[in-house]
Amino acid sequence: MLLQAKDIHKSFGESRILKGVDLSLDEGKVLVMIGPSGSGKTTLLRSLNLLELPEQGTLEINGIHADFGKRLSKKEVREIRIQSAMVFQAHNLFPHKTVLENVIEGPVIVQKVLKNQAIDEARKILDDVGLFDYQNQYPFQLSGGQQQRVGIARAVALKPKLLLFDEPTSALDPELVADVLKVMRDLAANGWTMVIVTHELKFAQEVADEVVFIDQGVILEKGNPDQLFQHPKHERTRRFLSRILQRV
Amino acid sequence: MAPFVLGEITIDWPLAFHSFWPILQGGLIYTIPLAIISFIFGLALAMLMALLRLSKVNVAQGAARVYISIIRGTPLLVQLAIIFYGLPDLGIEVSPFVGAVVALSMNVGGYAAETIRASILSVPQGQWEAGYTLGMNDAQVMCRIILPQAARVSVPPLSNTFISLVKDTSLASTITVTELFRRAQEITATSYDFLLLYSEAALVYWIFCFILSMIQGHIENRLDRYVARH
Ligand SMILES: Nc1ncnc2c1ncn2[C@@H]1O[C@H](COP(=O)(O)OP(=O)(O)O)[C@@H](O)[C@H]1O
Ligand SMILES: [Mg+2]
Repeated sequence: MLLQAKDIHKSFGESRILKGVDLSLDEGKVLVMIGPSGSGKTTLLRSLNLLELPEQGTLEINGIHADFGKRLSKKEVREIRIQSAMVFQAHNLFPHKTVLENVIEGPVIVQKVLKNQAIDEARKILDDVGLFDYQNQYPFQLSGGQQQRVGIARAVALKPKLLLFDEPTSALDPELVADVLKVMRDLAANGWTMVIVTHELKFAQEVADEVVFIDQGVILEKGNPDQLFQHPKHERTRRFLSRILQRV
Repeated sequence: MAPFVLGEITIDWPLAFHSFWPILQGGLIYTIPLAIISFIFGLALAMLMALLRLSKVNVAQGAARVYISIIRGTPLLVQLAIIFYGLPDLGIEVSPFVGAVVALSMNVGGYAAETIRASILSVPQGQWEAGYTLGMNDAQVMCRIILPQAARVSVPPLSNTFISLVKDTSLASTITVTELFRRAQEITATSYDFLLLYSEAALVYWIFCFILSMIQGHIENRLDRYVARH
């Protein structure tokens, strides 16, 4: 198991958002999370990257273990955080840095990779996501789909064991979605381990090894895409899927 | 009671001509350096106070809050007097110029702290998270991601602080710094032509501030080009 999360609990003030979630994933596999708005998908994904600190549960990524019941030091947080990298819904690119500078920031500043080497690697990744020609542009000069692909390149450049995606296409105009999904398909085909929150069901059907349906802070149902999409066991899953399908 | 009479205005052109250079010189060798040096120290102090205010340590937050409150709640003239005329009672004596630098820096430190704090807070939370997900620590995110963006936001208000500071240096005349305004005062002691000399002083301040606001506009234009439009 590359990723193993057990009994994750997270509250914001009085409201309990995650109520004991278990998640596991083998290396090279793709997990898709679906569920209604407000069900806790983002919170769970952020917990895997320790952008949220759950108050209970354990997390293990790539053999590095964290017990949320205990106080974690900054060093412990960082050590498990760098096992994964997040692609945000709103991309969160650094507006004052060029595309290339965005992508080399992590390798050069955090991983202390030599700048020339980081630039070579970044250019190759930018080529893979179709943005080689945009490396010296600033984020605001790009379309939303291009920005999101830079966001993906920035995460990939860290060479993390696990890539996390939080609805990477939901803020995009429909005609820009396909390019981003293609990049993600390529990553899956190249063996990256990924956890993806998305409501692109066709894409999920294609790339997911496992799908989980999150509802009100728990995993209500999980299975392979065929099981979950074609033969959902729970009424709530069925209703959610039909709502999503109607929307398209 | 004397009737109000608008007398003939006769300008003493030779005096105007001969006094202009000493007044301008006071501006160039005292007013401007005093403003620049105080601004640099003041910004460093303001940055420190802003970071203390943003820290999660209660004592640090409280200390910064008290400092800012005192600076903003007391007149600069009184702060200058305490430092130059008051501190010698404790055995701390400084030259007029150094005293003025200390008082003005502390003043800028109090006022600019809130500006800097607000500009740091104006950078979206997502920028912190993007830095963290790359594996950066707090200091790295602050220095490389947040402060460069905050700096852009704070250029207009900090430029205004600097222009105010240039004018506030005139208060250093009260602790015998022979800056622009004191030069004018000194000449009135022998010529008694108050209207002419103080108008000249005003003119020189206005020229300085006019040039500075042009520089400010130029900087803002340049920065605007690269600022994100979300
Ligand atoms: N920082 C926060 N403070 C308070 N409530 C939050 C915070 N983040 C998320 N929530 C709440 O947690 C719930 C789950 O949010 P989220 O994980 O974003 O759901 P999803 O991604 O499935 O839409 C929502 O009700 C949201 O309002
Ligand atoms: Mg969400």
